Amino acid sequence: MKGTYDKAFENVVRLRVMSILMVNTEYDFNSFKDLLEVTDGNLASHLKNLEKQEYISVNKSFVGRKPMTTYTATEKGKKAFQDHLEFLENLIKENKP
Amino acid sequence: MKKPEQELAEIKSMMERSTRFLSLSGLAGILAGIYAFAGAGIAWYWIYFPDTEFGTESEPISSDELQVNLLAVALLVLLLAIGSAYLLSQNKSQRKAQKFWSSASKRFLLALFIPVLAGGLFSFALIHENTYQLLAPATLIFYGLGLINASHFTLGEIRNLGVGQLVLGIFAAFFPDFGLICWALGFGVLHVIYGSMMYYRYDR
Repeated sequence: MKGTYDKAFENVVRLRVMSILMVNTEYDFNSFKDLLEVTDGNLASHLKNLEKQEYISVNKSFVGRKPMTTYTATEKGKKAFQDHLEFLENLIKENKP
Repeated sequence: MKKPEQELAEIKSMMERSTRFLSLSGLAGILAGIYAFAGAGIAWYWIYFPDTEFGTESEPISSDELQVNLLAVALLVLLLAIGSAYLLSQNKSQRKAQKFWSSASKRFLLALFIPVLAGGLFSFALIHENTYQLLAPATLIFYGLGLINASHFTLGEIRNLGVGQLVLGIFAAFFPDFGLICWALGFGVLHVIYGSMMYYRYDR
């Protein structure tokens, strides 16, 4: 069967984060928080997890005096997400009568 | 594991929602409405006062001086509105520590300004050809189309605002006597209504 089911995307927050980063070149922490409606800690731990697997890269900067952290999907992360998508699509195809 | 169909739907919805520009300021809408209403009031005063009470009889705009003055007021209203929207939206995104120049905001602006710029140029052509009675409907219609177009990339209320402008514009095209009134209703009153709705819903 084509594609691979990726454990990293088993969690819905991580799946959502990666979906967002597939269509946005970069996305910041607070926008994630607003859109996903999760707590700071929860979001941070999932982002850390993705970062550890080198699926996303982190970039810290300042807007005025406020710190801003933005995230970008790495090539590895994009590839993994594509494979995951492919797996899901094939799963649907195979289950069709 | 969830059903794969559900998971795909989830991915799709996130992709769509994350590409929207959410820093649009409601307050800017209210201000734009006030500028427009004031501008329309000045125009009404110059064109119709004191001959007609409600400005419902269209006279050809004859004098060159009046033309230049009206154009100046229109440009001033436009600049003030765009300036306020820019500053307040930037402020809102800074307050929420979100990026202002994101791919979402660029998509939003492009979607809005392609019809609006076309409408602006078209309006200059109308002035050039002395077809003043179509100015109000043309600006309303093009702006309405721009809003409907841009509504895919920002807060959903924008779509209804666009439909409102469009309806007023079409009406004004058939009844040019009500052009200025429709313009004041569309750019003035509708902006204030939708601006306050968005302000109460998202900005507080």
